[in-house]
Amino acid sequence: MSALLQQDEASLLLDAAIRGELPDDRGRFGPFGGRYVPETLVPAFERLEKGVKEHLHDESFQAEYRRELREWVGRPTALTFAPRLSEAWGAEVWLKREDLAHTGAHKINNAIGQALLAKRLGAERVIAETGAGQHGVASAAACARVGLPCTVYMGAVDIERQAPNVDRMHRLGAECVAVESGDKTLRAAIDEALRNWVTDPDGIYYLLGSAVGAHPYPYLVRELQSVIGEESRQQMLDQAGALPDAAFACVGGGSNAIGLFYPLLGDDIELIGVEAGGTGSGLGQNAATLATGTPGVLQGSYTMILQDDDGQVQETHSISAGLDYSGVGPEHALLQATGRVSYLSAGDDEALEALEELCAAEGILTALETSHAFAAAKKYAKKNPGSRILIGNSGRGDKDMPTLTRYPARIRSHAGA
Amino acid sequence: MPAHERIATAITAANDAGRPGLVPFITAGYPDPGTFIETLKAVADVGDVVELGIPFSDPMADGMTIQRSSFEALKNGVSLTWIFDRLDAAKDELGTPLVMMSYLNPLLAFGYDALAERALETGVCGFIVPDLPFEESDDIRAALEAKGLGLIQLVTPATPDERLKTLCDASRGFVYAVTITGITGGDAGLPADLTDYLDKVSGMSNLPVCAGFGIREARDVANVGAHAAGAIVGSALVEVLEKGEDPRPFLKSLLDA
Repeated sequence: MSALLQQDEASLLLDAAIRGELPDDRGRFGPFGGRYVPETLVPAFERLEKGVKEHLHDESFQAEYRRELREWVGRPTALTFAPRLSEAWGAEVWLKREDLAHTGAHKINNAIGQALLAKRLGAERVIAETGAGQHGVASAAACARVGLPCTVYMGAVDIERQAPNVDRMHRLGAECVAVESGDKTLRAAIDEALRNWVTDPDGIYYLLGSAVGAHPYPYLVRELQSVIGEESRQQMLDQAGALPDAAFACVGGGSNAIGLFYPLLGDDIELIGVEAGGTGSGLGQNAATLATGTPGVLQGSYTMILQDDDGQVQETHSISAGLDYSGVGPEHALLQATGRVSYLSAGDDEALEALEELCAAEGILTALETSHAFAAAKKYAKKNPGSRILIGNSGRGDKDMPTLTRYPARIRSHAGA
Repeated sequence: MPAHERIATAITAANDAGRPGLVPFITAGYPDPGTFIETLKAVADVGDVVELGIPFSDPMADGMTIQRSSFEALKNGVSLTWIFDRLDAAKDELGTPLVMMSYLNPLLAFGYDALAERALETGVCGFIVPDLPFEESDDIRAALEAKGLGLIQLVTPATPDERLKTLCDASRGFVYAVTITGITGGDAGLPADLTDYLDKVSGMSNLPVCAGFGIREARDVANVGAHAAGAIVGSALVEVLEKGEDPRPFLKSLLDA
């Protein structure tokens, strides 16, 4: 329980969250969220909010969205039992395979949904930001699919460490703009996308990739990603015969985690988000926003952020570009403050180790982001023998090969060796 | 007289003298923290109101020039506390009303009540907060108004008429009319249809209207001056300061038209 909320306020807010009543009319998840944007963008946000209300749960939009998820994205994605990992950890481990979704990560669920929305709202072109490049690739693919031009803003640092994804975006017809300002990672890319949006708020649709930013984005992205948790819940009942004791997801901005957690909020399941612990607990050494941050306003939302005493947002460090962000979605800030979800962190080394273990045990090369969830799940399994664990395997690790080649593989053993 | 009224009074006095009010913008502590007060005084010699930029790590509404100045000032240790401390020493020599331009988070971190108190003590009469829309502004507005300080509202060419009226009524000091749909420091020049927009805002506002964004030379000041009470000059001035030049001749040249 955080000191940010009184106990009775926290339980009222949690009940409201479970009933699906948050965000409220002002885009608030309790104290968090809201809309802190330049005046030039206010009419654009109001139009977007109106468009979301009109279309998102409209029957014809949902029919189109569900068809694209099924026939183009390849949903439902598999729920995979992990027998060798289960044996090694002394637990029953299940993986929700978002790595099998088209373009290789959960990001596509949101990208195709918003691209369809952009089309309905009459946008002339789409802009997006990207950290690891997965959202950039997903946006490029989704825009090609619906026939809209797409520009992706990507920090210069990320362009270097995620080179394969940059080439994929180009081939999918998107323009990728290197962002040289600020910290040259995801935060700078969002700032630059916002600057571009301000130049043509009527013609541009901003396809934001995580459950962050000003209202209605945290809500919109959660709604489009909730398919992860909805499918997982049913698949656990069908395949495992029961819901899990605990569910794990990595948290950068928090879109895959909110997608997995939101449909499970009302169940008796421990929910655990895992942030990037980087190389240590000092400011600038990690991206563990919820674990070590304080409330503030960043990029449109009142949420937990990594900042100094003067309110200057701090640079982060993580081996995974997708978690390397100084803020976090406002709904996660609420779920932490209410105590419903625990947020832990895993360091660079732990993530690398978990990645190798999963590769060797189950033949799955997971993303460096996702590896953080595995590292925390393993610790949980050791403390809770025999527990049934669901891990959101949010993306595949092919994009991380340039980073991984710098670290020699430590696990060489193979089955039967 | 509440402090925010000093802002309107200064701009109206310039209009009474037959010229547009001039509101120069500088990033506090840039290019050199050591010459901050000297630069501020030089700018205040010519300007009617001075807009003081508080550096921020994520200046999302600013172009390259002000981003660069902001990051550099931060690197040199400039903070809101530092700025107030420097203003303490200089306030008696500065007759020109100051307004602070800051993104919300540094103000939030400082605390709204403490902010209002320090602002009043140091001659700061109002605040411009580019990432704070009217709907989210109740708390800071209340803290500032309790001390007679003003929250200056921005309006843009994209603002619908009904909202424009609300923002003009809520503003204190002046109404900041953004000339373009874009960020600061653009070099595309002022849009051709500015006249109708500025006339509309001026017609709706009981306060002086000052136009900003994209104003770089005397011709621009004269153009907006024909339809608004004042002109705000930011990036073009920061570029002059960056070269180490005295800002006074440049600022004076803006009024020679």
